[in-house]
Amino acid sequence: MNDDSLWTIFLNASLVNNFVLAYFLGICPFLGVSGKLATATRMGGAVCFVMLVSSVCAYGIHQLLLAINAPYLQLISYIVVIASTVQLVEMFIKKMSPVLFRALGIFLPLITTNCAILGLALFQTNKGYNLMQCMVYALGAGAGFTLALVLMAGIREKLELATVPDVVRGTALTLMIAGILSLAFMGFAGLGA
Amino acid sequence: MAEQQPISSTDDFIKGLWRENPVFVQVLGMCPVLAVTNSGVNALAMGLATTFVLVLSNALVSMLRNFIPKQVRIATYILIIATFVTVVDYLIQAVSLDIHRALGAFISLIVVNCLILGRAEAFASKHTVGRALLDGLGMGLGFTFALLCLGGVREILGSGSLFGLSLFAAGFQPWIVMILPSGGFFTLGLWLLLFNRLKAQRQQRLDGQLAPQEASS
Amino acid sequence: MQTPGNNSAASWPLYRALVGVGMVCGLLIVSVFVLTGPVIARNEAAALQEAVFQVLPGAVARQSFTLGEQNSFRPARADDPPQQMVHAGYDAAGSLVGVAIPAQGMGYQDTIRVLYGYDPARQLIVGMQVLASKETPGLGDKIEKDPTFIANFKALDVSLAEDGKALRHAITAVKSGSKVSPWEIDGITGATISSKAIARILEQSSQQWLPLIYAQLAVLNAGSGGIDG
Repeated sequence: MNDDSLWTIFLNASLVNNFVLAYFLGICPFLGVSGKLATATRMGGAVCFVMLVSSVCAYGIHQLLLAINAPYLQLISYIVVIASTVQLVEMFIKKMSPVLFRALGIFLPLITTNCAILGLALFQTNKGYNLMQCMVYALGAGAGFTLALVLMAGIREKLELATVPDVVRGTALTLMIAGILSLAFMGFAGLGA
Repeated sequence: MAEQQPISSTDDFIKGLWRENPVFVQVLGMCPVLAVTNSGVNALAMGLATTFVLVLSNALVSMLRNFIPKQVRIATYILIIATFVTVVDYLIQAVSLDIHRALGAFISLIVVNCLILGRAEAFASKHTVGRALLDGLGMGLGFTFALLCLGGVREILGSGSLFGLSLFAAGFQPWIVMILPSGGFFTLGLWLLLFNRLKAQRQQRLDGQLAPQEASS
Repeated sequence: MQTPGNNSAASWPLYRALVGVGMVCGLLIVSVFVLTGPVIARNEAAALQEAVFQVLPGAVARQSFTLGEQNSFRPARADDPPQQMVHAGYDAAGSLVGVAIPAQGMGYQDTIRVLYGYDPARQLIVGMQVLASKETPGLGDKIEKDPTFIANFKALDVSLAEDGKALRHAITAVKSGSKVSPWEIDGITGATISSKAIARILEQSSQQWLPLIYAQLAVLNAGSGGIDG
């Protein structure tokens, strides 16, 4: 039983404990996709949607596992559900909007091994959120992930015009930028407290 | 696609430690573990847990490699990895509640560590159990070594201690940001920078050795 | 995944693999779960015991109670949810030293979990231990270690009002060094929000539990301790 208010949960997930900049989750797509602003926005949107759906499914599974008293199946069932959710989302988008599907391209399957989605499911279970809190948590996490991704993409696009030493180029530079962003986000700590 | 003959079976083990180090060279699998490398002990525990899962899942995948059809291989690999992660989670709980509390949900997140799935797909599914075991062990220990580099630096600068042992006098002002996530990003970025530099120097030396040969031929 | 038009003969190896691997994995998980279950339960009980004895000085035995139907306490069973449990501590003579109550709430950075000891005879909180916190290292995490802060909880006044339904004075955190009343908590300089969070967590938990505990002391006194709930 967790009685955090919905607004606190949203603020916490998106800013105070941003999934990428505070928990290091979702780094793989963060480092790989944040090169261009347009792709970053779309990836963020896809992750938001998958997070929302997975969060609700994870809540349902958790209740089911509690009912049949099989807590050891938690990890396997979460990961199976997340993988299937991504497959379903991919098929759904393909049917509903081929334009969007082509725009997202390879990103959707990448979301499967995205630690952020599994992390979301595990954290919300540990915190004991109810369904409404889970959904708000997922929305907050997705919003925070998109924000971090978009910020990083904007910075990297600008950096392409700058001279960068060879040894730093690539992942090392992105990580250090992420470090500065993470420092900046620390300013949000205590928000909503 | 002919299989390369190994130089020696110890090469399967050694390559994971340095030449093909998963974090510094392949830049794989950092994602789920960076959050818990803020101290030497946590980094060591995380690295060993990952090694455990890597070795056992490599072994099981290798044992079943002729039994799993290609179409469902990723699904079964994930199933196997998730199984061993659940196992290690319960084992850590049984051995030390303190460490389990410190690492929290991040133990379960080992399952999405691209390193383990990557090794299962690239190596374990194509080689014998023995070689898969050695490969898993090498990669896992290389990974642990990288995590220790990260956790050690962060703990020394951020808490003034290493593995809980105080290193400096009481007057030492710890650099708190090192224990925080941004410190993790900076530290990993700087280690990568160092490795890139070493690689570039080695490349220059190799080029320097080749050029005189070409000139003389 | 599968090429379209696969006939059933070719999908048999698929099902065989998935089901076979599934069974092997299931077997592994369940055996480890069964093997480690008792060890984990023992470890958790030992950790809880240690925490209870730490927040109830003088206690050497413990009995856990759950709030059951009609808000009445009964001895805890193994499958009761831990948040609804309180833990009574008894001294060597078997008399009640106090009740250790778990509580949690939002801190500066993330959730803080505490265990605090309530002495109903003197109506004081006699001990508080932070079980889990992710507060800012070097600042907020002083709530765990700072001796001046911990000293707040050696005798924190939580006396009930005449009707026994609420606290007479709310627990509040005040600026460091300006504590005047026994129900105030001296905050930590530079960690105001973490200190206020602890005060809020204790306040909410006391308002909820203390009236119930005080009213049902007879049930808690009757527990003989030495039996792990």
